[in-house]
Amino acid sequence: MAVPVAFFAVFFAYPVVAIVGRGLKADGVWQFGRFGEVLTRPDILDVLWFTFWQALASTALTLLIALPGAYVFARFDFPGKQLLRAIVTVPFVLPTVVVGTAFLALLGRGGFLDELWGVRLDTTVWSILLAHVFFNYAVVVRTVGGLWSQLDPRQEEAARVLGAGRFAAWRRVTLPALAPAVAAAALMVFLFTFTSFGVVQILGGPGFSTLEVEIYRQTAQLLALPTAAVLTLVQFAAVGSILAVHAWTVRRRETALKLVDPAQTARRPRGAGQWALLGGVLLTVLVLILLPLAVLVERSLDLPGGHGLDYYRALGSAEANSGTFLVAPLEAVWNSLRYALVATAIALVVGGLAAAALTRRAGRLVRGFDALLMLPLGVSAVTVGFGFLITLDKPPLDLRTSWILVPLAQALVGVPFVVRIMLPVLRAVDGRLREAAAVLGASPLRAWREVDLPLVRRALLVAAGFAFAVSLGEFGATVFIARPDNPTLPVAVARLLGRSGDLNYGQAMALSTILMLVCAVSLLLLERIRTDRSGEF
Amino acid sequence: MSTTKKITVTAVAAALGVTALAGCGSSDDSASGSAGTKGAGSKTVTLVSHDSFNVSKGVLKEFTRETGYTVKVLKSGDAGTALNQEILTKGSPRGDVFFGVDNTLLSRALDNALFTPYAAKGLDQVAADVQLDAGKHRVTPVDTGDICVNYDKKYFADKKLAPPKSFEDLAKPAYKNLLVTENAATSSPGLGFLLGTVATYGEDGYQDYWKKLKSNGVKVVDGWEQAYNEEFSGSAGGRKAKADRPLVVSYASSPPVEVLYADPQPKTAPTGVATGTCFRQIEFAGLLGGAKNEAGGKALLDFLIGKKFQEDMPLNMFVSPVTKGAKVPDLFTEFGATVDKPSTVAPDTIAENREQWVQSWSSLVVK
Repeated sequence: MAVPVAFFAVFFAYPVVAIVGRGLKADGVWQFGRFGEVLTRPDILDVLWFTFWQALASTALTLLIALPGAYVFARFDFPGKQLLRAIVTVPFVLPTVVVGTAFLALLGRGGFLDELWGVRLDTTVWSILLAHVFFNYAVVVRTVGGLWSQLDPRQEEAARVLGAGRFAAWRRVTLPALAPAVAAAALMVFLFTFTSFGVVQILGGPGFSTLEVEIYRQTAQLLALPTAAVLTLVQFAAVGSILAVHAWTVRRRETALKLVDPAQTARRPRGAGQWALLGGVLLTVLVLILLPLAVLVERSLDLPGGHGLDYYRALGSAEANSGTFLVAPLEAVWNSLRYALVATAIALVVGGLAAAALTRRAGRLVRGFDALLMLPLGVSAVTVGFGFLITLDKPPLDLRTSWILVPLAQALVGVPFVVRIMLPVLRAVDGRLREAAAVLGASPLRAWREVDLPLVRRALLVAAGFAFAVSLGEFGATVFIARPDNPTLPVAVARLLGRSGDLNYGQAMALSTILMLVCAVSLLLLERIRTDRSGEF
Repeated sequence: MSTTKKITVTAVAAALGVTALAGCGSSDDSASGSAGTKGAGSKTVTLVSHDSFNVSKGVLKEFTRETGYTVKVLKSGDAGTALNQEILTKGSPRGDVFFGVDNTLLSRALDNALFTPYAAKGLDQVAADVQLDAGKHRVTPVDTGDICVNYDKKYFADKKLAPPKSFEDLAKPAYKNLLVTENAATSSPGLGFLLGTVATYGEDGYQDYWKKLKSNGVKVVDGWEQAYNEEFSGSAGGRKAKADRPLVVSYASSPPVEVLYADPQPKTAPTGVATGTCFRQIEFAGLLGGAKNEAGGKALLDFLIGKKFQEDMPLNMFVSPVTKGAKVPDLFTEFGATVDKPSTVAPDTIAENREQWVQSWSSLVVK
């Protein structure tokens, strides 16, 4: 418990409080009147309203589209399932600059829809909503599907044997078991879309602005710290209350579940209905996720005189980029992997300890901490980044130009995932197993190793995968602190996109494609590791 | 492909490393441990700048050879963000020299007393009209660049239409729905273009001009990347994105960039510059107050306006030198535009009115 608390105090609470304090204090006196001033401005009220309703709409749409996917991935066995599961997670970690570009190509002028039906969705709210589904599909499939695949289908079968209809059995048996995971997924999607930054900025144009975008503008561009501080606190309060409500609903529904090896629960689809469902999900994935990704690949190969690998070759040399980088862009791949690795380690340690503490001693205070751990997701990257700048500036913690700052910032975003994914599974472990082990003479550590670990190993790997993936794709905080001699992949992509010329644009697309591949390969690898050891269950 | 193999190997190593690192469980130690490696030693001088800063490696080596100092570059966001970060860390700066504050933001830096005055050696060789702080030497001018409307040559040739030359032209019916510009609130070329119209039509007339532009179908997007690479039909990115706006607010130096980064390089630039629509940006550098290596910082400022660096800038940052006698590369003169009479607004006037201009512009054009 001490490690996560210290981590969050130093690398989150302190910087954020400092930067907010800077905005709300004048000559050492708090200026709370600034709340009234800022929150009555019509432009700010517009921002608040838009932030709220687009997040609600995005969450509903994502659940609608992704829940069938979660079911299919959990219960059906079909060729290429592992690959596909890795692929649907890729968008989640792609930098928004890249996704924005891909979506414009699909939904904008001359895009897919435009050519087929003359429909253009850029600068409408639809492109924002669809991009949010694209990004968050994996959140639902992984969080809900992960638990779904471990639910024993025989429980539902038993209910049906006892006379319950198909729907009633599902509603009475599976749904209650699934509810915490669905709520957790919905909460995450709502959080991400409530705090959406890049998607809104690129696809929405200047007409739409979320709270997060506004905080960025006020802080980074206008240096209007008072306005930014007020908005940061508003976002904080909003996110805090969502989390509180969520914690309450989840607690009411928590039950110890009988978890089984997912390999036993999935089988080939049977009957026309199941095949149709599988087909529908595959089609959705194809149109919504593979198509935008394919556009990126296509553009990375699209040379002036045909198709080829020239842009990829150019990535390998620093000369071809005469000064855009001090190193060849390809080195960004290695930088990113290194950073993401350290960030994952930090996130697993901090998040794992926190989750374990939350399961064991679930007092009121500790439960409050549960919600606090989620707050980094609801605080804008620019607030954290600027907070780092003004707080971590004195020895022994003058980290402002140190490489560790990047993984630290990435880990802040990774920890909530680790906690979210670990908690439902840890809590669902039947405490009596542990007690039985203790009675039989096992030490607490041994009991944990022999009882908890085998049951949660899969969740741990999924958590690691997620932390790794979000670290790879993290852009907002990294862009403020990444050093020029070792840019991360997303930063390199953004820098290349920031310059004109064929070669730069092509290289940006090529690098995005590589980032996509790195993510897919890493995620696929994690799935493999899991399969190799699943025999131990 | 060997890259894939490399990636797979790295990913395996990564996965293994996670477990190893997670095992030791005290990653925070390495954090404080590496804090000492900041390289604040007197032999290193740190230059803080924006993302667009670029320099050839050889040029920095030359500096090291001449002075014994090694340059470390810290890039932090776009020009406005980088400056704001410096203001926030005032007194305890991350570096010694800041490069990249332009005339639109100059007063913000000066009002916050960010810099220690220093008259760089060789300043007498720098054009007088860019020395906006000549009396006090808090900042040193390093380069100039012009924000101008660019046009897609092919589009205008195909339509047998003369490309626009001036602000006045842009509001004419012949150019309806052709122009895309950036949000003046969030993008520096967007702000430059707005300031250009203020300089041309005055504080009383610019709003009327923008009303005309709006009814003539000007499109506003948030940033330069999107305007140039997604909306402008003349750029490499735009052609791929099937962009349909042949006019964009960009830089006078954009056409040479289109040539330099094309393979094979074309005989003429695919884009041109409407030279009557230009606003001049002047970029400055200054010695940061509280710099750890003041001597090194001063040497670096001298170097920035020296010929070596000045002649290296055009093809790295696509800006023009300010030092007399600094040679501009052929590519730049051949494909770039010479702007005779760019608009300017005094930094003090900009400081006083920027917020208000941008706000009335936003409510007029964006909403």
